[in-house]
Amino acid sequence: MAHAHESHTKRIWNVFWILSAITIVEVALGIFKPAVLHLTSFLGTSPLNWIFIILTLAKAYGITWAFMHMEDEKKWFRRSVVWTAIFLISYLVTLLLIEGDYLHETLGPLVKW
Amino acid sequence: MEANIAVPSDGKNTWDGGGVRPFGASYGKMMMWFFILSDALTFSGFLAAYGLTRFKFIDSWPIADEVFTHIPFIHGEFPMYYVAFMTFVLIFSSVTMVLAVDAGHKMQKNKVAWYMFATIIGGLIFVGSQAWEWNTFIKGSYGAVKTTDGKILQFTSPKLDENGNQILNGEGQIVYKQIALTDFVVGERMDSKESHTRKNGLWWMSGDEVTEYSVAQVMASYQKNPAIQIRSEQIDMGKKQKVVLSREKGAEELAKGKLVVEGANLEVNEYGNTIFADFFFFITGFHGFHVFSGIVINIIIFFNVILGTYEKRGHYEMVEKVGLYWHFVDLVWVFVFTFFYLV
Repeated sequence: MAHAHESHTKRIWNVFWILSAITIVEVALGIFKPAVLHLTSFLGTSPLNWIFIILTLAKAYGITWAFMHMEDEKKWFRRSVVWTAIFLISYLVTLLLIEGDYLHETLGPLVKW
Repeated sequence: MEANIAVPSDGKNTWDGGGVRPFGASYGKMMMWFFILSDALTFSGFLAAYGLTRFKFIDSWPIADEVFTHIPFIHGEFPMYYVAFMTFVLIFSSVTMVLAVDAGHKMQKNKVAWYMFATIIGGLIFVGSQAWEWNTFIKGSYGAVKTTDGKILQFTSPKLDENGNQILNGEGQIVYKQIALTDFVVGERMDSKESHTRKNGLWWMSGDEVTEYSVAQVMASYQKNPAIQIRSEQIDMGKKQKVVLSREKGAEELAKGKLVVEGANLEVNEYGNTIFADFFFFITGFHGFHVFSGIVINIIIFFNVILGTYEKRGHYEMVEKVGLYWHFVDLVWVFVFTFFYLV
């Protein structure tokens, strides 16, 4: 291991506190849903949703980097896993969300409320 | 030659792939990462499908914190809290797991054992909680009526303060509170259906349970009580709340009632669109299954740690590989939590 082992344990707990803090913020926002974030729109969904997504990606980064020891692996091995996942997932999600939106626009007006 | 012809070996590093270490990673660790990558893509496929379906029904999807409102053993409505607890439990078990891996690097057998034990307990608490969530979801909280149009009608009533006056929100509008069937349905069944038991059934078989109330009974109770209004599935996109129908419109919709829905299954659910329950069961079920298999694998490795297998081997890499799988399970949950409960 490249670092001293003591600092590894400390770092693990640090990351834990950060992840917990992020989760608490997410849950608080999820319960209170401030109108200024929840009822406005930005790039296709509400700013509140964007905050959730960004915080979730931050948590995912923390877990992968620190807990799964990705930071200790060689650069291109990291990239062979992470870049593949990000590319394929982004592509699929983009296509499917555009499709879902189209389906709503087409089929939505046909529903009798 | 050795790349494409089997060569006899002494078998000591069979699982090692011959000791070759591309990128400095052992065969086992690299394969675990590639497995995790493929499993992550599987879950992304499910979540992307969920996203498409939600966008397709964006103006009528159930609102998560109106569906998941219960805490075990406590009465009342607490949206989000129990799910937040589950998230913490899984994150904490991830921490104990990585501490186990860390202790393994220092060859501290006892520490590894204790941390793995804590991880297993955390996993069991999570799976137990998820099972409880499923149970609550399937049992249902309020009850609803499904119409011939395929729509779900829920019931609501203006919130009253202690003096019995209607509470108004910041914009002077009435605040509504969803109401359960048990809270307003009165009178007789009016449809002569009953659950047969061994005593009065001619051929007693298990089958569809008769719901506690009948459609006619619900309709009559609705007419009798002017305070009850109907919540449609439709969301008012400006306020992001379900639309409450007037008494007349509600009566119109209720007249099309076909069956009373209590709880949820794969065919019909009281929370709204059928496919919402389908996705919930499918995705949380798949995830729960991964957690469960992770727990089983952790138990096996835990016993191996205690038996001293890895001390003999000289390294605790197996703990690390299993730790990767466990962290992957946590990662998936972080995303499921966001897209099912938060967004």
